[in-house]
Amino acid sequence: MKRPVATPEKNTAGSGQLIALREAHQRNEIMPLRPEWFERIEVNLSAAQRRASSLGGRRTVKKQWQAAWLLRAIQVIDLTTLAGDDSPGRVRRLCAKARNPLRHDIVEALGLSPGEIRTGAVCVYPSMVSVAVAALAGTGIPVASVATGFPAGLTPLPQRLAEIRYAVDQGADEIDIVIHRAHVFAGNWQAMYDELVQMREACRHAHMKAILATGDLKTLTNVYRASMVAMMAGSDFIKTSTGMEAVNATLPVSLIMARAIRDFHALTGFKVGFKPAGGIRKAKDALDRLVLMKEELPHEWLEPDLFRLGASALLTDIERQIEHYLTGRYSAANRHAMA
Amino acid sequence: MNDIRSLMKSMEYGPAPEDAAPVKAWLERHNRRIGHFIGGKFVFAAKSKSFACNNPATGEKLAEISLGTPSDVDAAVAAATKAFASWSKLSGNARARHLYALARQVQKHSRLLAVLETMDNGKPIRESRDIDIPLVARHFYHHAGWAELLESELPGQVPVGVCGQIIPWNFPLLMLAWKVAPALAAGCTVVLKPAEYTPLSAMAFAEICNEAGLPAGVFNIVNGDGSTGAAMVAHDGFAKIAFTGSTEVGRIIRKATAGKAKKLSLELGGKSPFIVHSEADLDAAVEGVVDAIWFNQGEVCCAGSRALVQEGIADRFHDLLKARMEKLRMGDPLDKAIDIGAVVDPVQIENIEARVREGVASGAQIWQPSWAQAAPLKGCFYPPTLFTGVEPASRLAQEEVFGPVIASMTFRTPGEAVELANNTRYGLAASIWSQSLDVAFDTARRLKAGVVWINSTNLFDAAAGFGGYRESGFGREGGREGMMEYLVPAWSKKARALPPSSPLPEPLPQGTSLGGGLDRTMKNYIGGAQARPDSGYSYPVLDAKGRLVSEAGFGNRKDIRNAVEAAHAESHWAGMTGHGRAQVLYFLAENLEARAADFEARLKRLCGVSDAAARREVETSVARIMHYAAWADKYDGAVRAPAANMLSLALNEPFEVLAISAPDEAPLLSLVSLVLPAIAVGNRVVVTPSQRWPLLAGDLYQVLDTSDVPGGVVNFVTGPRDALAKDIAKHDDIACHWYFGTAEGSASVELESAGNLKPTWVNNGKARDWYSPIEGQGREFLFHAVRIKTIWTPFGV
Repeated sequence: MKRPVATPEKNTAGSGQLIALREAHQRNEIMPLRPEWFERIEVNLSAAQRRASSLGGRRTVKKQWQAAWLLRAIQVIDLTTLAGDDSPGRVRRLCAKARNPLRHDIVEALGLSPGEIRTGAVCVYPSMVSVAVAALAGTGIPVASVATGFPAGLTPLPQRLAEIRYAVDQGADEIDIVIHRAHVFAGNWQAMYDELVQMREACRHAHMKAILATGDLKTLTNVYRASMVAMMAGSDFIKTSTGMEAVNATLPVSLIMARAIRDFHALTGFKVGFKPAGGIRKAKDALDRLVLMKEELPHEWLEPDLFRLGASALLTDIERQIEHYLTGRYSAANRHAMA
Repeated sequence: MNDIRSLMKSMEYGPAPEDAAPVKAWLERHNRRIGHFIGGKFVFAAKSKSFACNNPATGEKLAEISLGTPSDVDAAVAAATKAFASWSKLSGNARARHLYALARQVQKHSRLLAVLETMDNGKPIRESRDIDIPLVARHFYHHAGWAELLESELPGQVPVGVCGQIIPWNFPLLMLAWKVAPALAAGCTVVLKPAEYTPLSAMAFAEICNEAGLPAGVFNIVNGDGSTGAAMVAHDGFAKIAFTGSTEVGRIIRKATAGKAKKLSLELGGKSPFIVHSEADLDAAVEGVVDAIWFNQGEVCCAGSRALVQEGIADRFHDLLKARMEKLRMGDPLDKAIDIGAVVDPVQIENIEARVREGVASGAQIWQPSWAQAAPLKGCFYPPTLFTGVEPASRLAQEEVFGPVIASMTFRTPGEAVELANNTRYGLAASIWSQSLDVAFDTARRLKAGVVWINSTNLFDAAAGFGGYRESGFGREGGREGMMEYLVPAWSKKARALPPSSPLPEPLPQGTSLGGGLDRTMKNYIGGAQARPDSGYSYPVLDAKGRLVSEAGFGNRKDIRNAVEAAHAESHWAGMTGHGRAQVLYFLAENLEARAADFEARLKRLCGVSDAAARREVETSVARIMHYAAWADKYDGAVRAPAANMLSLALNEPFEVLAISAPDEAPLLSLVSLVLPAIAVGNRVVVTPSQRWPLLAGDLYQVLDTSDVPGGVVNFVTGPRDALAKDIAKHDDIACHWYFGTAEGSASVELESAGNLKPTWVNNGKARDWYSPIEGQGREFLFHAVRIKTIWTPFGV
């Protein structure tokens, strides 16, 4: 079952002579549906809430440590615009911000190189993918597209699959798909799995991020089970929310999805990424989620390969906090470029 | 390398220290001397009569503490006694205002108190800031309410008097609050002895009392060590002693206060089980372990220190637990991101190390996180430690470590989990993890523990009673039941002493005629059958004029033993519904009434009372049985809601086997008045009826036999009351003992009960009007007939 892959890799940071062995992050694959891995699992809500709420009191980062953590938060942001009034101009502005999320003098004061800090990705609607791809050409910043009748996911399956293929053809590197919530309510794991497998195949080389819409699923037990099905269907990431549900990426939901990822890794050897999205607006929210990842999963899940924050307004608050770290003065939003 | 870049790579937490400067300034302001607080003034001992108090995390000396002498205790008791006169007369509303002011002042100085507590005790600032101090404020708020409501909610109750309170070092200010708030609310005044390791926050609290305008002498502190505590326990000026600490010291206090007519509450040690059933949410349970045994470095009396894990999930559970332990952070308690701080004193580290060495030697497997092995911290730190493969026979499974060490063992079935959990001398707390309501509640009901947390652990609230079963002590802190520890019935303060009782005649032939006819010698009544006394001796039963009427068995300790075994063997009664028991008791009343004439004749013949008096005693006895038949399905307990998604159930549970030493006064009525409340709530009783006139019990068991009271529920052993009471008090399979006789007998019962620390209820040689509905029946009796188990159950989906 376990498939650890050790790949020799040049250690560029060192003398150039050292060869470091590390476990490469091999892409998750489709595996058969195994309901026995999750059907007996029940999540205790009050314990999850207690753990989630005590984390903020148990852990904190201050001063340069906090600055470093906030920079890491920027690196894992999927900078997102998903609105009816999105236009090519709006998307280009977002991409420009993704390339240079921090004001140049702040970058300099931190002792970093221009372009060193960039967001994890840019996330748009399928019809905006080509604009984003063009705007980010040469940067290596991936373009993510939502698809499959986002946010409700209730358009017919052929159209949902066609939307994935369209976005991939347009150059999207990552596809944020939504699940059909009714399958979860019915406990129809086979149907949920079958759809996701077809979506995963439609994604081809693009990475699939499965949005569970946890605010609709309501119970943490549903969240855990749906997470496991999504991972069995080959998802590269599991993601909490579309941002459109009434409740978004709460800490208890994030906790349970992180634990599902941990369990899936233990059972299969595959590493699946996690993306909380929706409602993460303050620097403190981002730090809370980084703390949660650090406490519940190995170190690699703090990096953009395996962790993203879906957000739009968050970046501004992080910029303000970083400026405060540098100057000791509380900053204002208008001092930082808008996305 | 750029600092920020390397931090981004490591993603370390970095330090996050809480500022100690305000506390240092506070200590300097007091010249680093901590005195006593007597009559509203700080009193300092000479330097030669002081001892040092250190910060366990750094070894730094924090202050010089005055060592209290017996004369300091005298002075404090005098101040408290003087203040009692006016404090106890204040209206409930006036006392509520004072308690409310204390609560507010605690909140206003919350950070100073938290930092002080952390520096003195070594506990993480997160815990003192987020748990200890908020609970302290909550306790004063809650009890401000009890002061206000006392008169209407607990009518007929008056403050017991001046209280001596001795508290431990693990939660210094919280334990102060648990002791002081209910005492003050009740109208008592207090002399408190803080633990010698942790006297600082009490001093700060004394300042708060002055700041809040608490009248001088209502709250007093005498600092010191064990000798100071001993002087307090020995002091005649206290009407009540409250102690939290070790079972060993609790036992000493029980003996030292025996026969002193003091109320006593003891909150002692534990080896609390942490039960993980197969259908538990394992991640939730792992996090529960963190809160159970790595809260406050495991220095918690109710710490879940004994994990019982279902066999099928044990490996997975231990793997998850070990992974979690790797993430724990131990270090500077003032760092806001620390999970485990410093142990209170080097002596405690030695104790923990000794117990761990024994555990290793016993063959259990020890596991500590890699970070603990890689870089052991110097000083008073001990890493989180897991022992697996622990057997019940190991000391690690039986005795308190009082450190961050959990002993894990496995069970096969839920029934075996309960057996293992109850296989202990203690009975303080328990934690149950299961997603099944059926399994969780079945386990909770069957555990012998005062506090049971379902899918949670170490939750506390001022409205929920806290306290133990068995050798974890008696009395409750918090809630209505906690208030009862500081109150006594108003009439009891004026109760007169009983006249000395005539000595029992020798169990030898008297040489006088029994007057012919068929012999009717009263035998013991054990397990529903008559049994000859083991001794083979009988003693003469004389009437009021000293004429021989009959003979009764001269019972001894073996008869008591047999009666206890019969009582334990009866397993149906406690499991019956209250309604079922009520029906039996109504039937009993009916049958007693049907034989009223016989009982009246017996009373007249034996006690020499008038027709009217005999009729009154029998009629009142019938009414009393009906009174408790009425109660049988109503004394269930209470429900509290400490949080929106939480219920805490205060269940009134029977003691199983409760013993009663009944008095000679009103021999039928007093017997009925004592036996009935005990059995109405589900106890089985072993009773020594009036030694002078045991024949009433002989008549009564015939009525019991005809009333469907199952054999073994009520057992009678006749004979010398005080000798048998001593045998009862020394019997460790009796969970509670009521004694109504002489002052000497009361003292002996209290002294001998120290063996298994059974709660006792004695009359100290005082009379009680058995005919009075206030003195002779009601809630006072029911309260003593149960032990309260508080079951916490959070819920949510």
